[in-house]
Amino acid sequence: MAELNYREAVAHGIAQEMRRDPLLVMLGEDIADAGGVFKTTVGLLDEFGPERVRDTPISEQAIIGAAAGAAMTGIPTIAEIMFSDFIAVCFDMIVNEVAKARYMTGGQISVPMVIRTANGGGSRFGAQHSQSVENWCMMIPGLKVVAPSTPVDVIGLLAASIRDPDPVVFFEHKSLFATKGEVPDGEIVDTLGTAAVVRQGTDCTIVALALMVPRALEAADRLAEEGISAEVIDVRTLVPLDTETLLGSVVKTGRLYTVEENPRLCGWGAEITSIVAEEVFWDLDGPIVRITTPHIPLPSAEALEDLAIPSADRVHDTVVKTMG
Amino acid sequence: MSTDRAEAGRHDFALRPSRPPAPVDHANEDLPIPLETRVEMYRLQQELRQFEKRAYDLFMQNLVKGTSHLSLGQEAVAAGVAAAIRPDDYTFATYRGHAHTLARGVGMGPVMAELLGREDGLLGGKGGSMHLTSVEHGMMGSYAIVGAHLCIANGAAWSAQIRGTDQVAVAFFGDGTTNIGAFHEALNFAVVWKLPVIFVCENNLYMEYTPSDFVTAVPHPAADRAPAYGLEAVLVDGNDADAVYEAARKAVELARSGGGPSLIEAMTYRHGGHSRADPGKYRPDGEVDAWLERDPIPMYHQRLLRLGVAEGQLTEIQQEVAQRVDDATEYAKASAPPGDAALMTDVWADGGSAWRN
Ligand SMILES: Cc1ncc(C[n+]2csc(CCOP(=O)(O)OP(=O)(O)O)c2C)c(N)n1
Ligand SMILES: [Mg+2]
Repeated sequence: MAELNYREAVAHGIAQEMRRDPLLVMLGEDIADAGGVFKTTVGLLDEFGPERVRDTPISEQAIIGAAAGAAMTGIPTIAEIMFSDFIAVCFDMIVNEVAKARYMTGGQISVPMVIRTANGGGSRFGAQHSQSVENWCMMIPGLKVVAPSTPVDVIGLLAASIRDPDPVVFFEHKSLFATKGEVPDGEIVDTLGTAAVVRQGTDCTIVALALMVPRALEAADRLAEEGISAEVIDVRTLVPLDTETLLGSVVKTGRLYTVEENPRLCGWGAEITSIVAEEVFWDLDGPIVRITTPHIPLPSAEALEDLAIPSADRVHDTVVKTMG
Repeated sequence: MSTDRAEAGRHDFALRPSRPPAPVDHANEDLPIPLETRVEMYRLQQELRQFEKRAYDLFMQNLVKGTSHLSLGQEAVAAGVAAAIRPDDYTFATYRGHAHTLARGVGMGPVMAELLGREDGLLGGKGGSMHLTSVEHGMMGSYAIVGAHLCIANGAAWSAQIRGTDQVAVAFFGDGTTNIGAFHEALNFAVVWKLPVIFVCENNLYMEYTPSDFVTAVPHPAADRAPAYGLEAVLVDGNDADAVYEAARKAVELARSGGGPSLIEAMTYRHGGHSRADPGKYRPDGEVDAWLERDPIPMYHQRLLRLGVAEGQLTEIQQEVAQRVDDATEYAKASAPPGDAALMTDVWADGGSAWRN
């Protein structure tokens, strides 16, 4: 057992998998010599060498294209997109090339690659370096979408993503990089498509992802003091989606809250809301409530960014107000 | 782009200056290309020509649905490159990919059935004309977003580099493609990583309907950009299979020996329109006729006769190909449409499409 922070867990997970699979390679901007702009790939160049850990030009299409071409010809790849906002620059590659390759070739082409990217707000970076874009990827058939909230999940889900024969977009949260957690010794491999009940409760279900998970937990602690027992679920992977765990919890508690960092429209919580409304409507004791970043680009100033992204306070207050 | 060109014919296609082909370079006859390779290139050109003529007929009969982009007139590029690479090399094509698929030895029947949207199609009816792929033939796909596959071809070349094979990857694309960012990203990336990749620009002078020189900063969209990436400017007659073969052979040799990428611009012309039933009326008077005169296939036929191949042998090839095109047509027509179950398969590696439990 060791204590690692979320940032170190990224390099730990990649190293675990690169030791296991000598063919696995990674590429991205500033990832080799510099160890990544978020220091998530420190030490990998030294251990695995410049053939397996490669710096690239600032060419996001070329990065994703190269990762895809290698993956479809027998070399599993990890491509880093420095900030998730930059996915927009290579969206064609991800959406039209990588995600559709298997289906449109009648199953001939496999693209076993992972796109790692630093997602989300809280760093006061402003509108173009802060957005939570997991919902952009969730809506694309052919992509798996993962967003861990703890160091041990970073390792286990990264390993599962790398071993998955389908393309996975792996969102690392910038505001979680410094958070710490216990990590068991030995190989850690998790399972995609499994949500985690991170706090048991009976009165309502709060579903959260990535940075929103610790905030939901903090809110739940305070709600407990006030006599409301909230169950908190960390979704962990948006695709595949563990609806069994989600629906089971809502059936038990009768109330659903989603806590989403993505801007409101077409956020991932909307999909979960619609599934719950369609399938367990008669088990609900009240309206479903979505707690999201408003439908705005993110501002930079501390005061404004903190106001925009759901906080533990906002989650707590919303639950209190709506549980009556 | 010169002002007079911009003014001439902006609103009147027929007034645009015609861009005729260069005359045949008979010196290419003396290139040291084995005769059996030349006969093979002739056979390939016949296959591509006859197959696509049939595909056009079937489109006009409303049997080929959706769209199709033919390479009629451009066959020498596909044949010349295909003859210069090995079966284990990788090729990546655009939506104009029938020729590049057949040139790798993919069966005409499954390709035709795919165009007709049938269950025995190369992709089971999932891809259609614009996405022809046959991994077992090294044909790694036809891509319909302009420029993207140049970046992907880099990856296949990188993979060969990592695995320590001497395979090469080839990406075919058009003149219009040289103005999209992915082209430039791919070239720079390939050069700095010294990848065994060959970029082949089929300059047929037109994008969809606009002449690419109307919107391109340099006269030769690929060759003129090559020096910016430290590459040699290679310009060849794309209507002469021997010229294409020779350029491709050199590029392949360089790539296999660790010398990195090449960029080849092959001048050619499509006999028909951009896609579907486009009559190509935006082309100036006389231009099409001049290029029809420079049709790569009759020219090559004459060349082979001069090199001592018997007329009878060439006729036999033509007839044999015609028979195979008929057979492929029958095969495709006889194949059923895909069953409903196919809709939900092959999103994921497990064969299914489930996104939840
Ligand atoms: C990114 C993108 N933009 C536009 C199109 C529409 N489009 C399809 S083919 C084509 C012309 C491409 O011209 P060129 O590269 O010269 O190839 P050609 O069709 O002549 O072989 C265009 C604009 C597209 N498929 N992808
Ligand atoms: Mg063109």
